[in-house]
Amino acid sequence: MPIERGKLSVIISVEKLTKKFKNLIAVNQISFEVHEGEIFGFLGPNGAGKTTTINMICTLLSPTSGKAVLNGHNITKERNQVRQCIGLVFQDPSLDDWLTAKENLEFHALIYNIKRKTAKKRIDQILEIVELKDRKNDLVLNFSGGMKRRLEIARGLIHYPKVLFLDEPTLGLDPQTRNKVWEYIKDLKERENITIFLTTHYMDEAENCDRISIIDMGKIIAIDTPENLKKKVMGDIITVETTDNKSLSKEIENKYGKNVFFYDNKIQFEVDDSERFIPQFIRESKEDILSISARKPTLDDVFLSLTGKKIRDESASTMDGMRKMIRVRRMRR
Amino acid sequence: MIRDLKGIYIIWLRDIKRFFRDKARLITGIARPSFYLFILGSGLSSAFGMFGGRGGDWYMDFVYPGILGMIIIFTSLFSAVSIVWDREFGFLKEILVAPISRTSIVIGKALSGSTLSLFQGIIMLFFAPLLRIQLNFFMIIKICLLILLTSFALTSFGILIASRMRTMQGFHMIMNFIIMPMFFLSGAMFPLKDLPKWLEYLVNINPLSYSIDAIRYVMLEDKIFLAHPLLINISVISIFAVTMITLAIFVFNITD
Repeated sequence: MPIERGKLSVIISVEKLTKKFKNLIAVNQISFEVHEGEIFGFLGPNGAGKTTTINMICTLLSPTSGKAVLNGHNITKERNQVRQCIGLVFQDPSLDDWLTAKENLEFHALIYNIKRKTAKKRIDQILEIVELKDRKNDLVLNFSGGMKRRLEIARGLIHYPKVLFLDEPTLGLDPQTRNKVWEYIKDLKERENITIFLTTHYMDEAENCDRISIIDMGKIIAIDTPENLKKKVMGDIITVETTDNKSLSKEIENKYGKNVFFYDNKIQFEVDDSERFIPQFIRESKEDILSISARKPTLDDVFLSLTGKKIRDESASTMDGMRKMIRVRRMRR
Repeated sequence: MIRDLKGIYIIWLRDIKRFFRDKARLITGIARPSFYLFILGSGLSSAFGMFGGRGGDWYMDFVYPGILGMIIIFTSLFSAVSIVWDREFGFLKEILVAPISRTSIVIGKALSGSTLSLFQGIIMLFFAPLLRIQLNFFMIIKICLLILLTSFALTSFGILIASRMRTMQGFHMIMNFIIMPMFFLSGAMFPLKDLPKWLEYLVNINPLSYSIDAIRYVMLEDKIFLAHPLLINISVISIFAVTMITLAIFVFNITD
């Protein structure tokens, strides 16, 4: 988008970034740009390479090849400058349970070279935003998962970063807390005027972003606004269930020239105008239709039409379960 | 440079805060030295007493610096566990992604381990009057400096191992494997004179022998206990300390 480039300044630019582990290419020659002040989402299944990419940009991992520049600083040559202008919320908890909320933030402020006086004000201000001010002298040990996550977001902001990275910020949280976390994220973007770079495997969450990059098997397969990505899936999504899916799918492909996907014993395909299509389809269908529905496309459908598969929900949920178990164990200690 | 010093201070401060906050660690930290001294020490000296003469009292004097050394080796080497612990609980990432050098992280950790070790050593020194060991102010200062130097070396050694460890279990296994021989071959429990040749050889390559020898000499001011000249003792510990901290910094600086 060369026209937009003049208007928006680029804060992160990534060129052919690659990370190889022993016999696995986790991130394969990816290139993209993040604009100042936007919420940029990395969407993809577990193991797609999201965290590896973030870890490289955040200087925790060295890239095998390629280049990335953040706020004018090269991520391999100017590590400390890069670190100073980013805030991070990791996928797994990273607080010191044996310190109080306030002490965790003070540690962070000191290590990022913030003057004590400024730090004091800043800590109070940020604790207020994430609604933890009345718990500031409690040990983190006694915090719930949602509170810990909020404290981590607060911590990531103490040193006035240019970019805040959130790696799966809502993983393992209940739906209400997830919504709350999203409210904070949006609110913070407005107040602090920062760029937010987040990863998620939840489609519904990705729709909160200004722009999304869809990543799978270490490669970027699409990058655009949620609306534009949804437009790539033309029209509406029809889901049909019949007694004989195979023969119906052939019928749809031959007669209407549509690509069909199978899942859950159902057939799914796209049409331009579902209101007019459905009555005609039912009239002309040779098979018995058990159920039929039409809906607007979601990012899930985008992912499906781009990769030919659904975001692996199953593996995602078992991973979630495992993480939760680990968290419970940690909290007990 | 100032940034690095500040980094060292912050890392150090957190470890110290955590130690004094964790009541269980604090209590065991105080209780363990007294157990070793009074149960092990008394038991062994009455065993020596059985052989007649002054053996028993003499041994209690002798073993006291040894047990001090034991406390130092345990505290220092195990204080490096905080790195493995932080890795397992995620806090290490917060430190690694901060704009301070890896070198200052290692030095901060080495200093916090040494401080905790010195703290335990000082608790141990409070028992000296009970054993009728007379310590004056200068002796105490000298002993504290020796404890600091030894602990710094040992904590660095611990960090060197911890920086490549991914699990607590692994760290504990390796540590026990190292601590036991190191302690038994240090001359903490027996004098370093007239040993069988193979044992003498093993004792001589153990850097801890030199610091226990030095502490014992300063404490008891009796040359019959001195296996090596004091200057040699201090040089060996210093070389060990510099080597270990350099290696620890080098290994910790390797990024994946």
